[in-house]
Amino acid sequence: MTVSKELQEQDILLELDDVHMFFGKVCALAGVSLKVRKGEIHSVIGPNGAGKTAMMNIINGLYSPQKGNIFYKQKKINALKPFQRAQLGISRTFQKVEVFGGMTVLDNIRLGRHIHMKSGVTSGSIYMGKTAREEIEHRRFIEEQIIDLLEIEHIRHRPVGMLPYGLQKRVELGRALALEPELLILDEPLAGLNLEEVEDMARFVLDINEDERWRITCILVEHDMGVVMDLSDRVFVLNFGNMIIDGSPDEVQNHPEVIKAYLGEEDLYATRR
Amino acid sequence: MQHEDKTVQKKNLYSIEITKDLTIPKLFYEKARKYGEGRIAMREKEFGIWRPITWKDYFENVKYITLGLIRLGLEEGDKVAMIGDNRPEGLWAEMATLCARGVGVWLFRDCLIDEVKYIIDHSDTKFLFGEGQEEVDKALSIFDQCPKLEKIIWDDPKGMRNYDQDCLISLKEVQELGRELERQQPTLFEETIKKGHGDEVALLFYTSGTTSLPKGALLSHNNMLTMGQHLMTVDPCQSTDDYASYLPFAWIGEQMMSISCGLQVGYTINFPEEPDTAQENIREIGPHVMFAPPRMYEQMTRTVQVKYLDAPWIKRKCFELSTKIGYHVADFKFQKKSVPWYLTFFNWLANIAVQKKIKDHLGLSRVRNAYTGGAAMGPDHFRFFHALGVNLKQIYGQTEVAGISVVHRSGDIKFDTVGHPIPETEIKITEDGEILTRSPSVFLGYYKNPEATEETLKDGWLHSGDKGFIDDDGHLVVFDRTKDVFTLRDGKPFSPQYLETRLKFSPYVRDSWVIGDQRDYITAVICIDYAVTGKWADEKKINYTSYQELSQMPEVYDLVEKQIIMANKDLPETARVEKFVNLYKEFDADDDELTRTRKLRRAFVEKRYQDIIEALYTNNDNVHIDTTIKYEDGREAHINTDLHIRRLKIED
Repeated sequence: MTVSKELQEQDILLELDDVHMFFGKVCALAGVSLKVRKGEIHSVIGPNGAGKTAMMNIINGLYSPQKGNIFYKQKKINALKPFQRAQLGISRTFQKVEVFGGMTVLDNIRLGRHIHMKSGVTSGSIYMGKTAREEIEHRRFIEEQIIDLLEIEHIRHRPVGMLPYGLQKRVELGRALALEPELLILDEPLAGLNLEEVEDMARFVLDINEDERWRITCILVEHDMGVVMDLSDRVFVLNFGNMIIDGSPDEVQNHPEVIKAYLGEEDLYATRR
Repeated sequence: MQHEDKTVQKKNLYSIEITKDLTIPKLFYEKARKYGEGRIAMREKEFGIWRPITWKDYFENVKYITLGLIRLGLEEGDKVAMIGDNRPEGLWAEMATLCARGVGVWLFRDCLIDEVKYIIDHSDTKFLFGEGQEEVDKALSIFDQCPKLEKIIWDDPKGMRNYDQDCLISLKEVQELGRELERQQPTLFEETIKKGHGDEVALLFYTSGTTSLPKGALLSHNNMLTMGQHLMTVDPCQSTDDYASYLPFAWIGEQMMSISCGLQVGYTINFPEEPDTAQENIREIGPHVMFAPPRMYEQMTRTVQVKYLDAPWIKRKCFELSTKIGYHVADFKFQKKSVPWYLTFFNWLANIAVQKKIKDHLGLSRVRNAYTGGAAMGPDHFRFFHALGVNLKQIYGQTEVAGISVVHRSGDIKFDTVGHPIPETEIKITEDGEILTRSPSVFLGYYKNPEATEETLKDGWLHSGDKGFIDDDGHLVVFDRTKDVFTLRDGKPFSPQYLETRLKFSPYVRDSWVIGDQRDYITAVICIDYAVTGKWADEKKINYTSYQELSQMPEVYDLVEKQIIMANKDLPETARVEKFVNLYKEFDADDDELTRTRKLRRAFVEKRYQDIIEALYTNNDNVHIDTTIKYEDGREAHINTDLHIRRLKIED
């Protein structure tokens, strides 16, 4: 993958500029800057407690940083609430699945379409004409684009709480995709999955990133080095709130500090290879 | 002979005369012209909706694929292989191959790479139809080793964006080539079809041998068409019927139903959305006719049994009562006695209250005829379906007769036989008890294997290698494969397959393997059903982490022992299982332990589990296992454990 060092302004979809985040006196992020380019898979790695999830929560709007700015398409979004950021096209999945266990797979994914719904409560309760047509359009999108992509036809009508963990993760990704986001934050999508599920999930991430239909820019937080190095265009390494390096997978793998801080004495490729 | 009179009446419905000149494409052409846009040829569930495909669509698609194949260089007699799930595109590809006067070869979708390579190479396949990325990957990895293979055709674009090899071409592009050719030669399609002759090879079918490498059986158009006609004269279907196609096309039974019978009757073929959703989709369709190997019916039985174990007390009682009634009625029918009026009444009640619902859940509510064949089916399973009121019939046949040769007639069903021969089929038993068949459907020979052909085909008689006899009612009784009839050391014979199917009637037992040839007593190796036994263990609060651990739990041994005691119940003392061991893994076709149609490959497992057999015939309580197993995803695991051997408690 050739990475041009010259960054064009309009190529950058998301930018964190010198972001600081404190919890009391604990400094979770100490001046982190990140530039995510359109169309790329940008991974964020680091040891447990490095501040990766805090960083994602800042992008997504769950936390607001004490210092520093967040830009999305060159627009400052510091003051926006999470739902407003979702409307701009930022979607995410969670490290620990946050699905609605009592609802069916289809309903969970439908929830993700919520921001695209135009009809209100009154017309929705009557369900005629425009509302019915809109509902059918949404269902068509979910069936043709999401359920087909994620291969979850067989569990369409099953309550999510009854499903195995690997499938729950898939449903969560489906819900995030239902938003039709431009930027998708994947917080450890592979944690707790078996090898087959990991391969499937990696395939889905590649599909949504590369396929003409989606072309979604992804921020991937992940511990599985094999997958990170294979999928990513760039890798950002975080350690105790500080950036170590932000570069191509090759650069990162050969960086002495990364090996020391993140991987210790272990072989970089010791995981699942 | 009551059934013969009926047969004559019904024959009028199927007045297609099968001449030597008739081919499958000719019949296809005629039917497509006749039905056109007005009738649905097939349905596929896609994106959650059943989408109909009319005969006109079917015809157009086949036409352009045919011309596309000719444009790509397909010549008469060239082999075209197909691999993938059951879907309209697969059937179109096969029909197009036949229309272009090529020969169709079907592969099982889960074939390992070595098997794919063997078949593609041995059959001299020129074009390969794969469904999507997975099949294309398989084909590409063997492309260099199969010099005759020229093009790989795919139809599902998912994940295919980065593939740009020259040997790849999409189905759409093939059809586009076909359209181009049509503009140049508008009558080529019809002309090509007209050239065909009924004795030409239509399909090259690889049989899943339990003993050796697969052999390729050559079947002609005439073989296939006569087969379909003869089955349909016995049990006519209507053109308004529905049929669900979900079993692999690489299995002759599915070809018989979808091509041989489907084309003649013109019923609608329904394709499920995904293999995982097949059961659900079948229920939505409610097919009128069904043909499946015993394992599918075993699976259905298991589903019912497991649901029964989970049901509340009142439902369990209702089920018990209604099956009791059902069994009584079924037994009267088996004995060909008329059912007493009070039992008819109770059965009517049971049907309304319980059986109807169960049949609906299994997708059997509209089934007129359900067939099973391809392997032995246990009498317990057989009676179970008749007690539900399902008209389940055994068939006997093989790839070499393009499907079946013997089938039960309605109202004349015995669960230990396979019935009477179908029309124009003769069955003869040799002095050694081997079953010979002669009919217009007997195959042409094995591909590139004259020795095997000579052994199997003598004077038009097909030598099956199966043993059997004809009983007093004229029913054929098939023993197991010749090699599979065992005798104990004291000379008493027993049938391991019979015992195995009895053991498998328990929902906790997924597979069983009975040993005892030339030994003092009978033993069994049991593979527990992970899902069902696992659930049972969960309820009993027994902790386990893996199949291996669960299978070795003393509680699970107690459970399996109970199942074996039940299976042993009505058997003579010498034919009972005395010792058993739970295996640390399930039998798997990928490990060569089973064939692709899930038949046990006895010689192979005997060699592989030699230590276990030896331990079963000594006084040891344990057998030490030190081996490496390979998972589906390529990982390997080292297994070092002791398997317990349990001797059954002698009762009384």
